[in-house]
Amino acid sequence: MTQENSSVATLDPEGVALKSVSLWNITLRRLRRRKSAIIGLVILAILTFVALTAQWLAPYDPYTPLIGIENVKAREAPCIYALGCPQSKPQHILGVDGNVRDQFSRLLYGARLSLMIGFSTVTFAIIIGTVLGALSGYLGGWVDNVIMRLMDVLLAFPSLLLAIAIVTVLGPGLINALLAIGIVSIPAYARVVRASVLSVREMDYVSASRALGGNMTHILFRRILPNALTPLIVQGTLGIASAILDAAALSFLGLGAQPPTPEWGSMLGAERNQVFTAPHLVFFPGIAIALTVLAFNLLGDGLRDALDPRLAHVS
Amino acid sequence: MATYILRRLLSSIPVLLGILFVTFALGRWIPGDPCRAILGEKATDAVCNEFIHRHGLDRPIPVQFGYYIREVAQGDFGRSFRFSKSVNELIVERLPITIELSFAALFVSILVGIPLGVISAVRHNSWVDVLTMLWANIGVSMPVFWLGLMLAYIFALTLKDTPFQLPPSGRLSPGVITVPFYEVWNLPVQPGNFWYSVLDFAARMNILNALLSLNFEVLKDALRHLILPALALGTIPMALIARMARSSMLEVLGQDYIRTARAKGLRQRTVIMKHAFRNALLPLVTVIGLSLGGLLGGAVLTETVFNLSGVGRILYDAITSRDYGIIQAFTVVIAIFFVILNLLVDISYAYLDPRIRLD
Repeated sequence: MTQENSSVATLDPEGVALKSVSLWNITLRRLRRRKSAIIGLVILAILTFVALTAQWLAPYDPYTPLIGIENVKAREAPCIYALGCPQSKPQHILGVDGNVRDQFSRLLYGARLSLMIGFSTVTFAIIIGTVLGALSGYLGGWVDNVIMRLMDVLLAFPSLLLAIAIVTVLGPGLINALLAIGIVSIPAYARVVRASVLSVREMDYVSASRALGGNMTHILFRRILPNALTPLIVQGTLGIASAILDAAALSFLGLGAQPPTPEWGSMLGAERNQVFTAPHLVFFPGIAIALTVLAFNLLGDGLRDALDPRLAHVS
Repeated sequence: MATYILRRLLSSIPVLLGILFVTFALGRWIPGDPCRAILGEKATDAVCNEFIHRHGLDRPIPVQFGYYIREVAQGDFGRSFRFSKSVNELIVERLPITIELSFAALFVSILVGIPLGVISAVRHNSWVDVLTMLWANIGVSMPVFWLGLMLAYIFALTLKDTPFQLPPSGRLSPGVITVPFYEVWNLPVQPGNFWYSVLDFAARMNILNALLSLNFEVLKDALRHLILPALALGTIPMALIARMARSSMLEVLGQDYIRTARAKGLRQRTVIMKHAFRNALLPLVTVIGLSLGGLLGGAVLTETVFNLSGVGRILYDAITSRDYGIIQAFTVVIAIFFVILNLLVDISYAYLDPRIRLD
């Protein structure tokens, strides 16, 4: 406690550059003290590692059926040598799916897709949401009215249902599903950015920048929007979690990733009627989704607490 | 209060118009011929011409939008050729099932979530608190459809032949027949008129119907079928409610008037229930309101998993057969339903917190 206070205090006289670094230092330090955030970070690190190295980690190809290659049947239960599976059978630690493919390999490749889905939809939503929110907050007047009423309308739909409606019109497929999820998550970011723009728009340093002849893009992007960064990071991290869940739901309904893509939601959807005969094909993809979503949720919550200026005096 | 409600009602009109505009735009966005997209590939030219003329599809876009608003305002959502019924009939048939499921889920989540959150706050940092928060984090991260499948596996297969066995799908066991309460009561209603639709709508909620007709055997069976879907659908709101109840209670418990109440020598129970909980309630209403959207979306997934023929199931069927008309109609209906629910949530804020009314 005292140590941290003093570190902030000593930075004060040293100027702006050092101070902006210290915000991240403080954040990191606070983040490190939250066990849940650490757990989230660790899971994410493992997932990222798996996603990057899936082609080396996976014992089998995720797309090729093993018919004729190995003596396994469709939907065979997991066989692990260490747990007493006879050595005469090939080892499939998470079993074999309905098309006689190694489920473990498919899950590993799925990590790649899930992270890609989370980051791409949220990036899309943040970019559009930021532009809309910034224009809305900065210009005010009828622009603000039109944009924010549009956002209200998007929020008036249950998000998954609107995504379903959009994908049915665009046609099923991973890209269209991502687009739909991206569209339905725009309002959250637009609102966050608009709120931060409104809170600093009339401040003296912004007026000063305007008096110095800064144009709108300069003022918006260099002077105003940096203030929106922290809430955006928090919202974005939590947004990735819900984007992954929604994408899995769309794939489960057959609207997202199409077979044979090793996407967790569609793997689960393809085998859902086999839950009583081959529960491993439903259990493991679901665990993978839940773990990934949990990691982003834990990290997002941790970041929110760590970046909250109201809590600055606490730690 | 009345002016507040009126103002709030008026302010939802632009949102309703926006919803209509979005669904209208989605309908026009469908690639290809709108008539065959809605009526099916086999529609003949004559049928299509009639369809196009009736819906004003040969007129300018703004006029088309006018036609669309008129149709929705008149409650005319067209017919589904797949089900050979009007969409209105389908709504009366299917919406009660979704409403019953959503309310059961909300009921479960409030019943479990609030006490868990309050206990966690009162025993801050105890093992109850740690476990609740751990569980709340896991709860919001599980996919609804996966949880549903796992619950079905555990309660229908693993616990088979134990008292805890529960049915994995459907709404009633084979052989259990439910008689609409208006027939039990001998109400003089004829199929086709408005009041019949209203009574029929209510009677299709098995639990409500069983209660109204005092048929406890059906009630028990319907409840047994509803437990798993309600648990699956209710887990996310339950976790959110527990979390919010905890943080909002923690905030209130730290305030001076709570210390005053304790200093007066009031019992712990009175302090928690009468002084703290009442003031912690408002943020909870917000969370419950916010979970409604997720609940309606999650109902699609839950109904698919548990084979319940509600709105979600019909949407799923419509998706797989690319029945745009149904999707468009049900999206509008659910969105309007959602707006009404949000309106009720807002009104309940105003009731709970007089400051809002004076704003």
